[in-house]
Amino acid sequence: MRKGQYRFVAGFLFVPVALYVIFVIWPYIQTFGYSLTNWKGQSQTFDFVGLDNYKTLFQDDVFLKAIWHNILFLIFIPVITILLALFFAFMLNAGGHGRAGGVQGVAGSKLYKIVYFFPQVLSLAILAVLFNAVYRSDGGGLLNGFLIKLGLVDADTPVEWLNEPGMVLWALMLVVVWHGVGFYLVLFSAAMQSIPRDIYEAALIDGAGRNQSFLRITLPLLWDSVQTAWVYLGIVAMDMFVLVSSMTQNMGAYGGGPDHHSDVMSTVMMRNFLYYGKSGYACAMGVVMLLLTLILSVVTLRATRRERIEY
Amino acid sequence: MGSTEHPGAEGVGRRDLIKRSAALGLVAVPAMGLMSACASGGDSGSSDEGDTKGKTSKDNPFGAKKGSKLDVVVFKGGYGDDYAKAWEADFDKKLGITSTHTGTQEITGKLQPRFNAGNPPDVVDDSGAQQIKVDVLYKNGQLLDLAEVLDAPSVDDPAKKVRDTLIPGTLDPGMQEGKVVALNYIYTVWGLWYSGKLFKEKGWQEPKTWDDFLAVCKDAKSQGIGGLAHQGKYPYYINVAIMDLIAKKGGLEAMKAIDNLDPKAFVGSDAAQAAVEAVYEVVEKGYLMPGTNGLTHTESQTRWNQYKAAFITSGSWLENEQLKQTPTDFDMKFLPMPLLSGSKLPFEAIRAGSGEPFIIPAKAGNLPAAKEFMRRMLSKEWSTLFAKQANSLTILKDGVDPGVRLRPGTQSTVEASKAAGDNTFRYLYTEWYSEMGTAIEAASNELMAKRIQPKEWLKRCQAAVDKQAKDPASKKNHRD
Repeated sequence: MRKGQYRFVAGFLFVPVALYVIFVIWPYIQTFGYSLTNWKGQSQTFDFVGLDNYKTLFQDDVFLKAIWHNILFLIFIPVITILLALFFAFMLNAGGHGRAGGVQGVAGSKLYKIVYFFPQVLSLAILAVLFNAVYRSDGGGLLNGFLIKLGLVDADTPVEWLNEPGMVLWALMLVVVWHGVGFYLVLFSAAMQSIPRDIYEAALIDGAGRNQSFLRITLPLLWDSVQTAWVYLGIVAMDMFVLVSSMTQNMGAYGGGPDHHSDVMSTVMMRNFLYYGKSGYACAMGVVMLLLTLILSVVTLRATRRERIEY
Repeated sequence: MGSTEHPGAEGVGRRDLIKRSAALGLVAVPAMGLMSACASGGDSGSSDEGDTKGKTSKDNPFGAKKGSKLDVVVFKGGYGDDYAKAWEADFDKKLGITSTHTGTQEITGKLQPRFNAGNPPDVVDDSGAQQIKVDVLYKNGQLLDLAEVLDAPSVDDPAKKVRDTLIPGTLDPGMQEGKVVALNYIYTVWGLWYSGKLFKEKGWQEPKTWDDFLAVCKDAKSQGIGGLAHQGKYPYYINVAIMDLIAKKGGLEAMKAIDNLDPKAFVGSDAAQAAVEAVYEVVEKGYLMPGTNGLTHTESQTRWNQYKAAFITSGSWLENEQLKQTPTDFDMKFLPMPLLSGSKLPFEAIRAGSGEPFIIPAKAGNLPAAKEFMRRMLSKEWSTLFAKQANSLTILKDGVDPGVRLRPGTQSTVEASKAAGDNTFRYLYTEWYSEMGTAIEAASNELMAKRIQPKEWLKRCQAAVDKQAKDPASKKNHRD
């Protein structure tokens, strides 16, 4: 390439890179800077306090609990969502009873595909409203109303789903899984359809059942998609801000109850940032969140690395 | 890529054009901001008095000029903005000054650019979730010291200063460094609420003591109605009940002990113990409305409107908030927190205080009219207009014309605050120590769900107080 070309390329890259630096990289650096101060968020006067915020952070029971909740989400949300999505995708694409050696989905699979995708078109805010009505803590709630009609729950003591320390995380997880399965089902379906039919047919001829053809053929050939899904769902599990803050018992602000049993890092951070006015401290939480998310991405990509199979 | 490269006059020109325009764009945007900020900063301070100042007179002490324009921005939240429109219409009728009216929830979004550019509105109701914090505006020199308005003669009685016609203490929340820069206009009372209709139907009397209160709850429960409802998803509300009981049982001393982070604010305080045990009795005896612990404020308030509970905890915004859900014959009534035996404060004592800050920007374009507008806000006529349109009281003493028919809930707060007289109290720890407030809310949530006992509640609250006391910043706050 001649000299002029670098200038040409640089000319085009300058604006996007500048935007990225100004609006992405610089805020990260600023956040780190603020995390070393006792900034209160409403004015530009603050003192440098070194690593004090980070020291406090690791003695903050609420934040440590919140990290633990994120870890629980991190384990269960991807596993449950991916397993369900894989199962449904397989049934829709290759789970039907084969007619004369053909490979096809269960009856009505096209309709199911659309129906399963419905939840995905709802925004998180609508999801929260919807499931607040499902989990509502009196007889007006969908679950409670149903259970009371069946006589399983006493109308005077309905189940307070989101106000039970042992139940609240699972209730939230159900929402995320319900929301996500449809999307990953479509993702996996698309990947499955690109697997050549002959491979399945060959397996059928060799006498492979559904389980075998799933475990020996489908899953290995889908590994790339599963890996992608894992990273996405991991990011969802690290966030959870919208659902926790709009569905759970209020701990001052941004949900998190009962007694911080559903707090996640993002809600604790926002509460400290705006409601307590401990903005410098909240920035330290933000930095920790960034580090954890980075570590998570690297680990996930490393751990799921496999040899790619070309077909 | 090399093959497409044609170095020449035209090519270079095009490249340069792209680069230069991009670079120019990056530089120009902030530069323009700077320039406009400078330009407006320079000339705005002195622009007002000239063309907006009219003749001063007894009825018009600031010389608001007929035919000039007033720019009013109002937070359109729970109180709506109809009241402000009514004021503006009256202002036009009496003074010939027309107003541009903006009702919005996005105070920050709409006004921050205007403050920065030096052309703010003339009167602002700076409230809601997106308010611009008053202390921030003050520090930036954007707020007019309201002393001039407060020391002006009152509209209703020119012999009195405006300041002397207000309910004592209501100006305090708007003070910054000893100056009143925000007028907290709405007078709120907190306590219990009930339906006059339901009570009449069931033959219940307004309970004055905690035992009477429990008796009503018991009778309600036997008829399939919940006793007490609270907005469980926001434990703030049940703390209204617990904290009011503490203040009434132990007197102002017990309240101040909490605000001043006393080492015996909760553990070792007889008032706190009696209060929390009283509330826990409601839980233990099953007098709570079923499921109320997990309901949002609208859900539980609506249930209460449907006669599913006898009482509910709330502040006096309740009636306006529930306007659409309240049956027309509901007959909403306010009730001061019933008394525990041996209480230091009388039954009539209530938690009360002011909120909803109105400000006049220092750089307002029509200062004389803005001051006059605020002076009139503190007249009986406008205060009554507000009470009618927004169903709430203002900080003006006896600020509602007795001839005017208010909604039943608002009317009952008028009577309650008259009966209370000087027996009002207000906690400040919620404003001073939000983190401690959160810890107390968390504990109350556990208490209501029967996961902890009163003893544990006291311990947890005391721990929150002690933790707050260790923070050196808390030394700055003290009340006597």
